[in-house]
Order: sequence, then structure tokens, then C-alpha cells
Amino acid sequence: MLRSLIAAFCLLCLPVSAAEEQVVLGLSQDRVAITATFDGSELLIFGAIKRETPIPPGPPVEVIVAVAGPSEPVTVRRKERKLGIWVNTDSVLVDLAPSFYAVATSGPLDDILTDTEDLRYRVSIERAIRSVGAAMHIRGAQDFADAVVRIREDENLYSIREATVAVDEQTLFRTSIDMPADLTEGDYTARIFLTRSGEVVSQYETTIDVRKVGLERFLYNMSRQQPVWYGLMSLVIAIAAGWGASTAFRLLRDK
Amino acid sequence: MYIYLPIAEVSVNAFLLLGLGGMVGVLSGMFGVGGGFLMTPLLFFIGIPPAVAVATEANQIVASSFSGVLAHFRRKTVDLKMGTVLLVGGLIGAALGVVVFNYLKSLGQVDLLVMLCYVVFLGVIGSLMFVESLRALRKAKRGGAAPAKRRQRGWIHALPFKMRFRTSGLYISVIPPVLVGLCVGVLSAIMGVGGGFIMVPAMIYLLGMPTKVVVGTSLFQIIFVTAFTTMLHATTNYTVDVVLAVLLLVGGVIGAQIGTVIGARMPAEQLRVLLAALVLVVCGKLALDLLLQPAELYSLGNGGGH
Repeated sequence: MLRSLIAAFCLLCLPVSAAEEQVVLGLSQDRVAITATFDGSELLIFGAIKRETPIPPGPPVEVIVAVAGPSEPVTVRRKERKLGIWVNTDSVLVDLAPSFYAVATSGPLDDILTDTEDLRYRVSIERAIRSVGAAMHIRGAQDFADAVVRIREDENLYSIREATVAVDEQTLFRTSIDMPADLTEGDYTARIFLTRSGEVVSQYETTIDVRKVGLERFLYNMSRQQPVWYGLMSLVIAIAAGWGASTAFRLLRDK
Repeated sequence: MYIYLPIAEVSVNAFLLLGLGGMVGVLSGMFGVGGGFLMTPLLFFIGIPPAVAVATEANQIVASSFSGVLAHFRRKTVDLKMGTVLLVGGLIGAALGVVVFNYLKSLGQVDLLVMLCYVVFLGVIGSLMFVESLRALRKAKRGGAAPAKRRQRGWIHALPFKMRFRTSGLYISVIPPVLVGLCVGVLSAIMGVGGGFIMVPAMIYLLGMPTKVVVGTSLFQIIFVTAFTTMLHATTNYTVDVVLAVLLLVGGVIGAQIGTVIGARMPAEQLRVLLAALVLVVCGKLALDLLLQPAELYSLGNGGGH
């Protein structure tokens, strides 16, 4: 009795409940097919904010879009100079790091999302990587996590694009996210956050299916599931191609 | 036109691969070498993961040696018995090589191992070739005849387990050919090369085989050893990329035909100086990568190895 009263009281007190503003989302594609000639893809994300009530007063609504690839553990190795040459010495296992991570925002991330909310929803790149089990005996374990971000930023796999989400009339928003050619396959998640004064007021999540298709799919699966047959097939194909090309050339020359 | 390689999981320009294959093919046609020792480092330079480069190159060598060995079979310049003895050593060596390769891969040191092998072998072979061909050039200018080579007789003939090799006209112990095959097998597994550049001199100078059967016999051994290496890499590392292999191969076969024509028109000594210089350049580039402080000290690997 008392508990339900408290619950009802809390509901009444909440100034803007999460349900008042909702995301209605559209995606240019909900699956990305990696074909033989795949050279990257542009993902168009657009949507509207649905409200039953008038736009709340105060600072305008801000939108954050985060697209993440499948998370996997990553071994990070550091080179050191030994006997005059640079060799890998220390290594740290970063528990989970997304293979791809792009954040697009409607304003500077620090202004539109507080640290506590970032920690809770793991929005910024640094928070999206988890290295709880990082070996403490290695000096500067944080450097290793930073290296993951730096290397993947250089490869255009991680990016943060501030002020690239256009918001119209606090209702419509749109952005596009470039996905590079070197994608790993898996279930990608697109998360959309609506924030006011740095607090998340609503979030929405959907999945984008990134898959190798056709020949790529066939070869990849075969190499993992029937490695013996795949190896034999590679040999036969290569021998046939090499022998065919040289025979064709000899015939051409002899003519 | 970019093409996504299914196993390497990188997107590379298909014409770049055809071009690379063609370029190395021209060189291998000009100089009569397999070209694996040039192709594998070039694949590192364009960003193919070393493990994939080594395994795929082994696959490509099988194919590019195949038409060569057929031609030698027609001319009856293959010593099958010697080839088989070399092959026994080669298969053991390849198995050892893949074990070492996979062990170092789990330690994260495989790139270092491959690079070091390349620097050492390219450095030694390049310098030897360079010195030797400069000497030959000088001699050719003076017009003096090369001194006749003497067959080596010594410790090799004192070893047990002798066997008669009719095609080569030899009666020697099987231990040296098995050891030669073994070394080449290890190199094939670790470096993704056929190993002809080691085996041919060893067969001529160490085993004393007649020059006319050397190339055919070494090709015979190389095909089976690299095929075995390909299978080992395909089943333990899943690193053979057949799309990459075929692209390199098509470029390579066409390049080799052009190279043979160019090679026939250029004087042999100058060709060898060129090849030696090329080998040394590739070696130098790899050595610099090891010696200079890299721009990025950290590297990422998959986390499965714990």
C-alpha cells in the first residue's frame, strides 16, 4: 500500500517523463550487404520526435545518434626497442571494443550530455570500450585503451561527428553516417538519444544487419566450416587459373 | 575498382593487385625466379595482414609452378626420385614451420618472425648475388673464361644411407637432400615462398646435381610442399584468401610471359645486378621498419588468443 503510494507520487513528480517524447525512426537501409565490390556505405538516419504534449519549455531538445558494430575482445600490443629492433612486448586484453563506432550529435557532446549520463548509456567512444580486466601490473594500462581508439580513428572505424545531426523545429532530425569498406560483419546497433540539459529523456534502439553476401559469404563460411575442402578448392582454382592463363598465352603467341 | 577480400577482410583495388602480380610476374619471367620472396613483402606494404599474405602466397606459388613443372616433365628434366627425397624433408619442414608460425602467432610475434626471416634471407642472398654478378660483369668486360667448376667431394660422400639417383647420375646419402628439403619446407611455411632461391644453389653446389635437372626437380618439390603448406594454413589459421590468390596469379602469369621476352633481350649479367639491387631495396625497406621507431607503437590483434 505504502509502496504503491510512493510509486504514484514519484510518477506525479517526474517533470518530463521519458514517455512524453518518443523517437520515430527511419533508416535508409536496415541491412548492409558486403559484396565483392563493396567499398563502403552511407547510412542515412532520419526521424521525428513524437509528442502528446506541447514542446516543453527550456533548452531545446538535442539528438545523439550512435552506431556500433559488434563488440569483441581485442589484444593490444605495445612495441619496445629490444636489441636495436622494435618488437612487441607488453600486451593488454581490452574486454570489449566495438569493431565500428560512430557518434553523430546535434551539438558539442560535452554540452548536450552530462558525464553521468554518458557513463550510464556508454555513448562517447571512450565509454563504449570496456577494459575492466585490464592488467594492472602493466604501467599505463589506459594507454592501451587509448591506442585502440586512436588506431581505429585513423582507420575511420571510430568517429565522433559533432553538430552533424540537423534538428528542425525540435521535431525532425536527420544525419548520415559513413561506413568504411573494411567492415566486419555482424549485428550493428543504432541508438538514438534525445537529451535536454544534458539528461537523456528518451532513447531508441534498432539493429542494422551487416553481412557478407553471395560469393563473399560462401567463401568465408566454407573457409571456416570446411577448411579442408576450402584448401583443396583454393589449390584447384589457383592451378586451373594459372594453367589456363599460361596455355591461353601460349596459344596466342603460337598463332 | 575496389574488391573486398573475403578472408583478409580488407578492401583493395583489384587493378593494384593485378598490377602487383604482373610486375612480380615480369620480374620472375626476366630472372627465372619464383617471385614469392618479392610478392609477400609487397603484400605487407599494401596492408594485407602478414598471416594472410604468407598463406595466400603459398597457394599462388603452387599454381604458378604448375605450368612450369609440366614443361619440365615434357623435356624429361625432372629427377623424380631426388624430388621425392627432397619432398619428404620438405613436408616435415613445412609441418614444423607451421607449428612455429602458430606458436609465435599466439605470442603476437609472428610479424616479427616473418620480417626478420625476410631481412636476413633477402640481405644475404641480395649481397651474394650483387657481389657475384658484379664480378661476372667485370670478367665479361675483360673477356676471360670462367674457371671450370669442380664437383665437391668430401663429408657429403662419407654419410650413410646411400641411394642411387639415375636421372641426376648421383650415388649419395639421402641425409643431405632430406635436410635441404627440410630447410626449404620451414621457409615455405614461415615466409610464404617456394624456396627455389635457396634450393637451386644447394642442389648445384651441395648435392652436385647436373644443372639441367635442377630447376624441374626443385619445381616438383615446391609444388607439393607449398600445396601442403597451403592446406596447413587453411585448416589451422583460416588465412588462405582464394580471391587474392587468383587476382595475383592472373596478373603474374601475364607478367611472366612479358618478362620472358624482355629477359631474352637483355644481357644476363646486367639482369642479375638489377635483380640483386631490387632484392636489397626490399630488404632495406623491411629492415628500416624494424630499426626505426614506428609512428604507432601499439597494434591490435584479435582477442581470441588468451
